[in-house]
Amino acid sequence: MRRLLRELVGWVERRLEIGPVLRPAIEHPIPRDAASWWYVFGTAALALLGLQLVTGVCLALSYVPSAAHAYDSLEYLTYHETLGWFLRALHFWGSSFMVAIVAVHMAQVFLFAAYKYPRELTWIAGVVLLIATLAMAFTGQILRWDQDAYWGLGIGAAVAGRTPLLGPEIVHFLLGGPIVGGRTLARFFTLHVFVLPGALLGMAAVHLWLVFRVGISEKPVEGATVDRRTYRARYEASLRRDGIPFFPFAARKDMVFSALVLIAVVASAALFGPYGPGGPPDPTLIHTQPRPDFFFLWLFAALALLPPGVETFLMLAAPVVLIAILVAVPLVSGTGERSPWRRPVSVMVVFLAVLTLGVLTWFGEKSPWSPDMQAWSGAPVPPDVVRGRTPLELAGAAVLQNKQCRNCHRLGSEGGERGPALDGVATRLTRDQLVRQVLQGGGNMPAYGKNLSPAEVDALVAFLQTLHPASEPAVRDRPGPPPER
Amino acid sequence: MDSDSRPTPEVDRRGFLLRAGVVLQALAATIVALPVLGYLLGSFRSGRDEQKWVRLGPVSGFAEGRTRMATYRNPFRVAWDGGTDEIPCWVRRVRGDTFQVFSVHCTHLGCPVRWFQESGLFMCPCHGGVFYADGSRAAGPPPRDLYRYRHKVERGDLWILGGRLPTLGQGV
Repeated sequence: MRRLLRELVGWVERRLEIGPVLRPAIEHPIPRDAASWWYVFGTAALALLGLQLVTGVCLALSYVPSAAHAYDSLEYLTYHETLGWFLRALHFWGSSFMVAIVAVHMAQVFLFAAYKYPRELTWIAGVVLLIATLAMAFTGQILRWDQDAYWGLGIGAAVAGRTPLLGPEIVHFLLGGPIVGGRTLARFFTLHVFVLPGALLGMAAVHLWLVFRVGISEKPVEGATVDRRTYRARYEASLRRDGIPFFPFAARKDMVFSALVLIAVVASAALFGPYGPGGPPDPTLIHTQPRPDFFFLWLFAALALLPPGVETFLMLAAPVVLIAILVAVPLVSGTGERSPWRRPVSVMVVFLAVLTLGVLTWFGEKSPWSPDMQAWSGAPVPPDVVRGRTPLELAGAAVLQNKQCRNCHRLGSEGGERGPALDGVATRLTRDQLVRQVLQGGGNMPAYGKNLSPAEVDALVAFLQTLHPASEPAVRDRPGPPPER
Repeated sequence: MDSDSRPTPEVDRRGFLLRAGVVLQALAATIVALPVLGYLLGSFRSGRDEQKWVRLGPVSGFAEGRTRMATYRNPFRVAWDGGTDEIPCWVRRVRGDTFQVFSVHCTHLGCPVRWFQESGLFMCPCHGGVFYADGSRAAGPPPRDLYRYRHKVERGDLWILGGRLPTLGQGV
């Protein structure tokens, strides 16, 4: 059996003669310390790309890229097709892991300064791969063609529409028409299935070619600085002296780690299942809270928190500047120290980036700036705040509820977080201040002057004045001295 | 020298053929690229008409002093639009034939604003934009008032000029 197999392989190889091409790649020498667990992330990203290709092609067997049928075809895939739900789950979890692993890979390369001479182009190709991966993630969630996809496109169009001069044309170009519809889905399908995978595969080939040609970087050592005149000679000499073949010394760690990652994807898919589709993409169903997938929640949060005066500029300029900075990293700092112990600013940058992304993601998940649309009718009134109240105060409690105040204000830990919580509001604002705040608004609160009768204002303020802890009295307007004339 | 003085017609012909090949390739690439680019960049052609008058229904269907949602079929729909060709808008009948018709798209980033009759406010579920009943900006990040459709009342019917996704660069 084994002999037969060997003969078959030999027969093919005598004609194909691929061995002499592959062998140098597989056995190319690498620095001894590069066979490290730190160097396994790139291969894992490649393995995930393979998984995404296989599962993506499988999904395309059933998916219909028509706005009229995409949603139904996903439902069919999920509920009727044999293992369709599992393939969808694999593709979704594969994409989540891929975004994460690509980010970790990039952070590792940055921390080890592996982008320095002569690997500048490898890094730049990597930046393109990062952008393509994120673009795949975004277009992928559009193909889910549910409410989030529909309104997500609206958000994308709204950002693009802020471009000076050409805004409307760019929106038309993105949507394939004057409004989100069938033509839009066809565009994003083309991007997700033809254009971006092509770019991803082509750029991955360039990236890999560069890794083989320029060689895997040695682990950074304090004081061993990169100098354009001496680096290559020193690297070659160290390979001759101390190099080991990529296979099996580094490959075995790569194989173990990428297999573990794939197993984690399969386990996540089996445990948590596919994601969505959410509500059907019917624009008239506006009782929806559009949210992106978790890897774009940070962006969603950033869009909410930008200072209004400069938000258009930042929305349009920030992506360009960020990409330019990433591309410029190896060009600006292509030589010198590589050890993270001697590059505190770089370590700080990674730390701050992770912290920023983490905090923004958490904010995006909580969305404290969004009104809680159901709180006014759905959140229970805490019994304590209405016990023993006068009829006027109770009428005020009803006004508070009916006028949707709780969509933005919490009471007894339920309600929106857009405005301050109202528990204890009487210890902060006097009666006059309450009246003014309700009537005129301000500080990001709408003015309710037109929507409340004087009697309702009276009742509401009377109720608000009861909102203070027993141990802390309500603040009162001090009868000041008569105004001077 | 012999080889210098004697013309080499063979080499000249080959050189010409190579040059012709390069020129023809460039020509072929151009005449392929032009229609491809024209096709891809059709959005940048001027004079696109993307708004049409559509009927929202009889005026009597909208109560005075109230705001409610109305929907219309996108006049530029394609057969494969499915449910996405049904476009919502908020209609406010101030009094008599005086209407305001708002796009549901928040002016901040295009999420659908919801109407609350009790407090007379439109609220956006994405980033917390709030608008008054007349569409003016009340709170939150939106940079301007709600987008207002051009509208008219004809023979007892309310019509709007619809069909386009409103953005800051170009309202409805």
